[in-house]
Amino acid sequence: MLALAARGLNKSFSGVHVLHDVDFSLRPGTIHTIVGENGAGKSTLIKSLTGVYQAETGSIELAGAEVRFNHPSQAQDAGVSTVYQEVNLVPLLSVARNIFLGREPRNRLGLIDLRALNRRAAEVVRDLGIDVDVTAELGVLGLGVQQMIALARAVTTEARVVIMDEPTSSLERREVEVLFSVARRLRDQGVGIVFISHRLDELWELCDEVTILRDGRVVHTGPMHELDRRSLISAMLGRDIAEHGVTSFTESDSSETAAEVVLEAKDLSAPGRLHSVDVTVREGEIVGLAGLLGSGRSEIVKAIYGGLETSSGQITVEGRTVRRGSVPAALRAGIALLSEDRKAEGIVPELSVRDNIILGILPRVSNAGVLSNRRIDELVEQWIRRLGIKVSSSTQLLSELSGGNQQKMLIARWLCTEPSAFLLDEPTRGIDVGAKQEVQALIDELAEKGMAVVLISSETEELVAGSDTILVLRDGEISEVLTDDQVDNARLLSALVDGGQR
Amino acid sequence: MKAAPTTASVPGKRSMTVRAWIANYGVYVALALLVVINAIITPHFLTVDNFRLQLIQTAPVLIVALGMAMVIGTKGIDLSVGSVMALSAAIMPLYIGYGTVPAILVGILAGGLSGLMIGVLVSYFGIQPIVATLAVLIGGRGLANVIGGEIKNLSDPGLAALGSGSVLGIPYSVLSAVILVLIVAFLMRRTTFGIMVEAIGGNKLAAELAGIRIRTVLVSVYVLSGLLAAFAGVLVAARSQASDPRTLGLLMELSAIAAVVIGGTSLAGGKVRILGTVGGALLMQLIVSTLVSHNIPDSVSQMVQAVVIVVAVALQVGRRKT
Repeated sequence: MLALAARGLNKSFSGVHVLHDVDFSLRPGTIHTIVGENGAGKSTLIKSLTGVYQAETGSIELAGAEVRFNHPSQAQDAGVSTVYQEVNLVPLLSVARNIFLGREPRNRLGLIDLRALNRRAAEVVRDLGIDVDVTAELGVLGLGVQQMIALARAVTTEARVVIMDEPTSSLERREVEVLFSVARRLRDQGVGIVFISHRLDELWELCDEVTILRDGRVVHTGPMHELDRRSLISAMLGRDIAEHGVTSFTESDSSETAAEVVLEAKDLSAPGRLHSVDVTVREGEIVGLAGLLGSGRSEIVKAIYGGLETSSGQITVEGRTVRRGSVPAALRAGIALLSEDRKAEGIVPELSVRDNIILGILPRVSNAGVLSNRRIDELVEQWIRRLGIKVSSSTQLLSELSGGNQQKMLIARWLCTEPSAFLLDEPTRGIDVGAKQEVQALIDELAEKGMAVVLISSETEELVAGSDTILVLRDGEISEVLTDDQVDNARLLSALVDGGQR
Repeated sequence: MKAAPTTASVPGKRSMTVRAWIANYGVYVALALLVVINAIITPHFLTVDNFRLQLIQTAPVLIVALGMAMVIGTKGIDLSVGSVMALSAAIMPLYIGYGTVPAILVGILAGGLSGLMIGVLVSYFGIQPIVATLAVLIGGRGLANVIGGEIKNLSDPGLAALGSGSVLGIPYSVLSAVILVLIVAFLMRRTTFGIMVEAIGGNKLAAELAGIRIRTVLVSVYVLSGLLAAFAGVLVAARSQASDPRTLGLLMELSAIAAVVIGGTSLAGGKVRILGTVGGALLMQLIVSTLVSHNIPDSVSQMVQAVVIVVAVALQVGRRKT
């Protein structure tokens, strides 16, 4: 009997299909990993399994019985525990209190029996091989220990399924090892574990089985050891271009002639994130940044834009030095960044489309702080028309727009600033196919008109089709540079794979 | 415009529109209802004198609420306003010897300084607005007591004129409130400052990445709130011809927050509704005066106010979920 099984899950958000008929089977006593790039549907699947989301169609079975979780607490009560990257425990309570939170042993008066609580908590942590004082306040302990306490809590709730969502991303190697040994102990007790990590090496170290998601579909599922690094990454990222090669980038390269350098970043470093990275973008050139999750690709553009603290480096736009670490300075110099996280870092949902578009150019559409409606209307109408943003009026609230239209609005915001260098971080993620092609065609057009473009995408095919040059990143460093005819999918995939085997 | 086929509609939006409409415009409906009811049941309600009185009593709360609305728009809160009123009223008598205008200006300046301090604490030191302004609520009242001490008589002809004089039948305090409403509404609707305030409240990170100088805007908002509160303190002192630092402006922060919230401004930030705030302040005043004129004890009117606040907030919680 399976510990947890999902059959034919479908889920979409505002018209974008995120999960397509996803099947997932977790056997008891195994550690099963789910891999996939950003937007592959990994987190949606997890959230559907744990009751955060409800799939539109499909069924979920827990230990052979069909279940329906309308809320995470129902999943937890049924024996599905989740350990998140951010620990969801109470930092001000003791370790023991956290382990038994909501299920504390009581004495005859109905009060919490602290002595029994501490004794039982001490047994639990000893059994798991964790060395910690159970009376200590949780918040003062290291993050690794907190993760393990979250696991210990999962153990005591007699969970049949434990889902670990990127538990290792902020842990040191030593902490990771202890965490793994706890996970293995749980597995040996017959618990089914789902383990997610973007550190790929960990998967072979810990996991028994693997399910690979791409574009919301399961593309592979099977034993972990049958898969090597190369085939895993190709399955995760690679698409056969002949089969799916529908991007709207034209193949003509306008960068044949040695055009002027527009944007140059030299020796860019950010503690723990970037190590001496150089990026050069010429007029009309599209430079792609490739790399797996956590490789530092988003950090580079953030650093150039002044939104990430840097420890060294020099940034110049058209030969003029730009002050590091200041967004207004970067904007003034002609740099614009379309951020990867549209919701958190892009849109202001309660403002109108109009106000959202002019957010980056307020000084330019005002006289002594007073808005010039004429100039704003002209500009806003022009961009809404040019990018084909579908709105009922420019005063419509942004929150009422679809994802694709929100993204176009953001692109309009940045194009209003008339940038000479445009940094695009996952410009087509989470938008429907039509909008995606429009955005790709637009990027192409911008480059053709002489803009310097930096493009980040976790879809290798999009990068290959769009970029003139691709910088491959690994652990915050550039591991390989692909130029001209080296820019093809096979080359990029092998660069992504081999980069890690130095 | 509603039928435009291009509109991307949110599922379930239609069912929420009634509620959203009430949250947005309910305050005006309630206000109109209350006026009609009073016209019928309260003797001498529909008289010029009565309206003037109601407006005079609303003016200080309204002026404070204008600043509060801006602060709340940035997702902050300003608990210091009542104490700032007391502070400005306590400082004025010390400078009244230099003339009416200098004394008023010094009083208002004190509010600006308090706002500056709060703004710096909030934006440069990352102290939560509720903590920073609570500190001034407590400390500012203490300072006002030290400076002002006992109740001070403020028998200055200029202040007396400000307190009870009028032009074309409109009291100065009401006139100044109207002017300030217009200025703040202009600031919020027609200037870059207004957009920046709402952008910071709506999505601070996005505002920052759009190049908006968050700290400057936040400091300005708290300074404005301090200036407005201080001016309200001047008005109250001028009207009563006295300054009592122990009671002047007491609990004003709560009345101002109530006016803002009842007016449909969400405490979650991102939206500033000035006209709604005016309605909220008038509604609160009218509720109290209705109950008082029918000899219903003050304690009951406090409870009624509480119910109105809870209803207003509950409606907004519903709106947030759409």
